[in-house]
Amino acid sequence: MNTITALSRRDALRLSGGLVVLFSTGVAAADRKGAPDPTSLDSWLAIGADGNITAFFGKVDVGQGLDVAVAQMVAEELDVPVAAVSIVMGDTSLTCNQGGASGSTGVRQGGVALRHAAAQARHHLIQRAAEYLRRKPADLATADGAVFVVDAPAQKVAYAALLRGKYFQSQIRWNGKLGNALGLTSTAKPKAPDQYKIVGQPVSRVDIPGKVMGTKDFVTDVRVPGMLHGRVIRPPVAGAVPMEIDRKSVASIPGVQIVHRQGFLGVVAPREWDAIRAADVLQVTWSKVDPPFPAFAALHDHIRKAPAIKETVDKTVGDVERALAGAAKRITAEYTWPFQSHACMGPACAVADVRADGVTSWSATQKPHFQQEGLAKLLKRPLDTVRVIWMPGPGSYGRNDAGDAAMDAALLSEAVGKPVRVQGMRHDGHAWDPKGPASVHTLRAGLDKDGNIVAYDVMNKGFSRVEVAVSEADPSDTLAGKLIGFPDKPGAGFGSPSDVYEFANRRLAWQCVAPLMPGASPLRGAHLRDPVGPQNLFASESFLDEIALAAKVDPIALRLRYMKDPREVAAVKAATERAKWIDGPPGARRQMAGAHPSGMGFAFARRGDTLVAVIAQVEVDRDTGRIWARKFVVAHDCGQVINPDGLRHCIEGNVVQGLSRAVHEEVLFDQSMVTSRDWSTYLILDIADAPEEIDIVLIDRPELAPEGAGEACTAAIPAAVVNAIFDATGVRMRAAPLSPARVKAALTAKTV
Amino acid sequence: MSKRFTFSVDGKDRTVEADPETPLLYVLRDDLNFSNPHFGCGQGQCGACTVHVDGEATRSCVLPVEAAENARIVTLTGLGTEKPHPVQQAFIDEQVPACGYCVNGWVMTAAAFLDRTSKPSDAQIRDALSGLKCRCGTHMAILRAVKRAAQAMAR
Repeated sequence: MNTITALSRRDALRLSGGLVVLFSTGVAAADRKGAPDPTSLDSWLAIGADGNITAFFGKVDVGQGLDVAVAQMVAEELDVPVAAVSIVMGDTSLTCNQGGASGSTGVRQGGVALRHAAAQARHHLIQRAAEYLRRKPADLATADGAVFVVDAPAQKVAYAALLRGKYFQSQIRWNGKLGNALGLTSTAKPKAPDQYKIVGQPVSRVDIPGKVMGTKDFVTDVRVPGMLHGRVIRPPVAGAVPMEIDRKSVASIPGVQIVHRQGFLGVVAPREWDAIRAADVLQVTWSKVDPPFPAFAALHDHIRKAPAIKETVDKTVGDVERALAGAAKRITAEYTWPFQSHACMGPACAVADVRADGVTSWSATQKPHFQQEGLAKLLKRPLDTVRVIWMPGPGSYGRNDAGDAAMDAALLSEAVGKPVRVQGMRHDGHAWDPKGPASVHTLRAGLDKDGNIVAYDVMNKGFSRVEVAVSEADPSDTLAGKLIGFPDKPGAGFGSPSDVYEFANRRLAWQCVAPLMPGASPLRGAHLRDPVGPQNLFASESFLDEIALAAKVDPIALRLRYMKDPREVAAVKAATERAKWIDGPPGARRQMAGAHPSGMGFAFARRGDTLVAVIAQVEVDRDTGRIWARKFVVAHDCGQVINPDGLRHCIEGNVVQGLSRAVHEEVLFDQSMVTSRDWSTYLILDIADAPEEIDIVLIDRPELAPEGAGEACTAAIPAAVVNAIFDATGVRMRAAPLSPARVKAALTAKTV
Repeated sequence: MSKRFTFSVDGKDRTVEADPETPLLYVLRDDLNFSNPHFGCGQGQCGACTVHVDGEATRSCVLPVEAAENARIVTLTGLGTEKPHPVQQAFIDEQVPACGYCVNGWVMTAAAFLDRTSKPSDAQIRDALSGLKCRCGTHMAILRAVKRAAQAMAR
């Protein structure tokens, strides 16, 4: 557990006035303290002498404007303009562990905690103002950064005048938990939604002008005095380790140092290009290992045949087997999903400065507080001597390679005694990042003579999504840790779709199979945006359309028969109305768009209390197999909307990335190694293939809690697209991705 | 063997000593301290490293520094110094970036494209930008922004 110490007064005073100093790159971290105390209001908010407010947020924004949404929630409670609130994110010395970016909890849990902190601060300020103004607290209210007397508004005092640049020195009730579950409860209730002036309004992102003008620094731009450049060298066959290294092979490159520690091998040089060249030309004799992987074409057969290392029934109602046996009609189908890569725009980068008196890591990890733990274990240092400073990175959609890079940089810095910056090459990013797991999904259903679904059975079987954990809190979950002997401890987890449809007899279950190889595997399963959501719903939402076909009914009407939550029904209806859905069984919406058949497909996703109904309109080029998802309608209900602009952009990103994963993305490998090494061997959606329109219907429910929006929509996209392909062509695609070659083959097979 | 090379970056003359084969990207980032452009792939596949070299959108990760001798180089930072370039303004107005790491490629490519193509069709815009990568999936906002910039530049 973290050592809890209070943030020093000096820090907070400086922070509230001059954040920039701490975050400008190239400044070595001066303060290495333990985590702030969650029960102290000062750990969450500071009001500077100028009235500006700093909120300390223990999560990070990965490009969806979370910091803006949180600033809105804080500004709302404190009655200040949103521009007066700055958010400090993900620095382990300055923020409490709120779990980092994780499971679409940024607003739902992280933001709600800050909302309570701000409500508590307002309560505290009113108490102080009561003394100052000699009035009862009940006579006072807040507006424009000041407390005023309700029946004499001219009598007022600014927050800054009450605090005079000093600490609140006040407490807030904490639920005792760290991570996503960290909760705060204010003495005074947060505002009622009907009072909102800032929450629910569109607010622009604060980081965008700097990113577009080229002045905003990323983790890749961190420069520390004396910093060297490192590159890690990965084996040509997965699992091989360096046996002999010919140091002479890099002798002509200036200043190269070789770092070899058990299975870990890297080079460090003063100039980046020299480090790259050295990594390229260094002669290494690798250990001989048997190729660890099945043939690429045998991947799903491997999953089918492999014994389950863990099996979980997430939901069982009634007696599925009996109902199936008694059904008038039985349907079964199998769906397959490939390994997928995070494939971030830039291979991961980190800067580590490992010194005798402490460690600083600049990292784009989603979970800086957990990285702090991992570095402490890797380097065998006390936790409170390690500081992780989060910086924006080149894309982040789950447990990507950022944590691995931080460990690599730390080992190299420790070895050479200087700060070291590591950035992978393109092949490191694609071939060696943690992967979204491949899977096989077997679904069965039974219909009675009237076409009602009397039995429904889902079995999702695949590699674990936690072969490496959700964070790098344990070096065992990183390549560097594994290579220097931290033992594997793969977790076994997959998952089921949400239990949306209330069939009388149903079972939702999953099985995990063992990792393909132990140790530092380039195919280690990990969380990738809505972990196993896209693969599960690709199967389950496709299958509902297959049932609708068998029952000769409209696929949306079929779903509505079994949906019980009125919010779900409302989302479905919002999408169908906006898309002008034409009732009828699969195939009923087929029409010609020029030379190409076009169709519409529906899919529904529920993730926690976020509900998404998607209708895709897809054109299919019968000659090439190319599909064009021309239009999407998305009805999206994530409870209370904080920032509709940010939410729309977030949903668009979900749709496009989900479409990319559905149509193109597949990690290729041979028996020795991953062969997807760049953008030509791991395809993503090109802008030429972008939809013409994504029409978003936001269903705002200000009276409800805000829910997550970062992932839910992604999961619905693949099934909506395949259902539309069927509508257009009568061909059912059961294997992802829906590449032109695969679609063409399926169309050809159907017409033969 | 290191050699001296001279070129201008964002309007200022620069001289560097570098191995002639060093990609321009590393010279810009590591020797001249330009934090844009970004390294994305090192193979000219993604565009995150794009700069203008004599007015042409160029992937600096695969351009040897010797090929930039005497060239006029403009980075994203230098594109709009006094005020944002219309493409930059449109990217801000449309709130395009998510992570923002790729934005170099889109803005620099679109700016060069709109310089020589006024009033482009939607298909021309898609075609001009094809091949650039955005992993966050901001494609729709990019298309809106480039269209908006085209309209602004046509006025």
